[in-house]
Amino acid sequence: MTDALIRLEGITREYQMGAERVLALRGIDLEIGRNEYVAIMGPSGSGKSTMMNMLGCLDTPTAGNYWLNGHEVSRMTDDALARVRNREIGFVFQTFNLLPRASALANVELPLVYAGVSSKERRRRASAALTRVGLGDRMHHKPNELSGGQRQRVAIARALVNEPSILLADEPTGNLDSATSEEIMRVFGALHAQGQTVVIVTHEADIARHAHRVVVLRDGRVDTDQRTPPTVATAAA
Amino acid sequence: MPLYEAVVLALGSIRAQKLKSFFSLIGVLIGVTFLIAVVSIVQGMNVYMTDKFAGALIGVNTFQLRSRPNIVMGNTTEEQWRAWNRNPRITLEDAAYVEEHMQTPARFARVGFDRISVGWRGKLAKDISVNTTDAEFFTIKHWNIEEGRAFSQQEVNFGAQVVVLGHDLAAKLFEGRDPIGQTVTLGALPHRVIGVIAPQGTLFGISLDKFAVTTLGSPVRNLVNRPHVIDDFHIQAQNPDQMRAAMEEVTVLMRSRRGLRPGQPDNFHLESAEAALATWDKISKILFMALPGLVAISLVVGGIVIMNIMLMAVAERTREIGIRKALGAKRRDIMAQFVVESATLSVTGAVFGIGTGILLAFAVRAFTPLPAAVAPWSIAVGVGLGILVGMVAGVYPARQAARMDPVVALGHE
Repeated sequence: MTDALIRLEGITREYQMGAERVLALRGIDLEIGRNEYVAIMGPSGSGKSTMMNMLGCLDTPTAGNYWLNGHEVSRMTDDALARVRNREIGFVFQTFNLLPRASALANVELPLVYAGVSSKERRRRASAALTRVGLGDRMHHKPNELSGGQRQRVAIARALVNEPSILLADEPTGNLDSATSEEIMRVFGALHAQGQTVVIVTHEADIARHAHRVVVLRDGRVDTDQRTPPTVATAAA
Repeated sequence: MPLYEAVVLALGSIRAQKLKSFFSLIGVLIGVTFLIAVVSIVQGMNVYMTDKFAGALIGVNTFQLRSRPNIVMGNTTEEQWRAWNRNPRITLEDAAYVEEHMQTPARFARVGFDRISVGWRGKLAKDISVNTTDAEFFTIKHWNIEEGRAFSQQEVNFGAQVVVLGHDLAAKLFEGRDPIGQTVTLGALPHRVIGVIAPQGTLFGISLDKFAVTTLGSPVRNLVNRPHVIDDFHIQAQNPDQMRAAMEEVTVLMRSRRGLRPGQPDNFHLESAEAALATWDKISKILFMALPGLVAISLVVGGIVIMNIMLMAVAERTREIGIRKALGAKRRDIMAQFVVESATLSVTGAVFGIGTGILLAFAVRAFTPLPAAVAPWSIAVGVGLGILVGMVAGVYPARQAARMDPVVALGHE
């Protein structure tokens, strides 16, 4: 076994859709190392979403193995997976997925609640995370009092607060205008520069350009896997 | 997640949907209201019956030798009434015999009474209970003299035409003037007022202070009883044990005096507070037996409503559940969240129910002669039932929530 952060071996995911069996992933082999900045691309139906769920430990494969940070997670129970998601993965979603009734601070504290961190410590770490994404003065705002870009920053702060191994973003700019998208991509760039492993699932080439490696899926298989020179991303940013 | 935070979270969702929460709470609210109100009223009645009813009407550690019962609660057959009516009346000689032969230390007072008119200077109070009795009666009844004095046994033996008035009667006849030394008529017979008894309040809304007490030797007795006959012979022992002993003794004495053979029923009646209270005891026991059933029905209905509300909440918040799971919530975290929410909802209903129950009890006390005393244990039971109903009702919806697939839940719109 290598010391790759993520190691997928022959990952297959089959769905039962009525009488039909759908193979969303057909034997994916992939390794992602520490501090990589990877974009996973592909047209709709390519298995991109399933891949995202798989990487995020929201779903388990029908066949194959998945090692995340040294743990074999493909056969774990629900609760064990919940623990892995809590410790190892920071999610950023297209639709932000903030709890509407909770303040920005409370939203960011949420992963810490499930990690069993004391309320004082939670407050400290959550405000630090919000400050880090430039929302130190918006901590007590509810999501509906924030702009789209600010909401996504809250989501990023929430993803980072538990110091996960991977920041996993699913179409993170899908609901944002282009200026705001650039702003969010700059945040990802900065985080990567600080050593964070970033995986972005997207269908937008513009967004994928920021990454240092682009994995394209087609029909549930890895079609291409290209490393791009870092300068491209930096130039775009 | 710590309990305290789960409760705060739950209160947040209750506040966010006030109207819906209120309706969902009504079942539990009604159930607990019922519990508190009924227990309060029954408890209040208990205190009332033991303290006031028994104390005022009969007296502490006291029983009466009578020809037939005075206070009859519950149903009595026609036949029983006829039997009582055949009983020979109690006589002065019976009383003397009992008093002479009793071993248990006791106080005695012979009483004859009837409802007659009491007048003063043209004013007439009709239908007043006039008691003719011994001096000990004041002690047995625990009457406080407000003004003037009680009469002595010597005055009783003399047949002095003196009278002690109940507070309300004195107030009615004299309207604030000093009654002491005035002459009132009992029937048409003049009696000098020597004292007024301090007010005793009301029983079931009826004044206990409209009465007059005169000596057993007073000529009024001719209006009240046939010669030698009395209505009650009051016997007061020093404590409940001695009272029971005294009652047995009186039974034996009276049976032998009247020549009753074993197996023949008593042809006299011993009336005690205990006997009168026994009937009340039966009523309150029936109420307490019916109570759990009535409360249970409301709580089951309340529980079903809460379960429905929680199922709706789970469905509405599918996405929230997905988010929480993605962020690391385990099954039991989600489970706990919804069970606590359900319990909090239910306890909120219970707390409001306790409030309305207490209000209802106070309302009963304020607007009816019935008393009401809120029992602390019923509040504890109310809260406990609230928690229980909420938790039981919350388990199924919470399990639905906990079992959700995070991928499906996150994709939910």
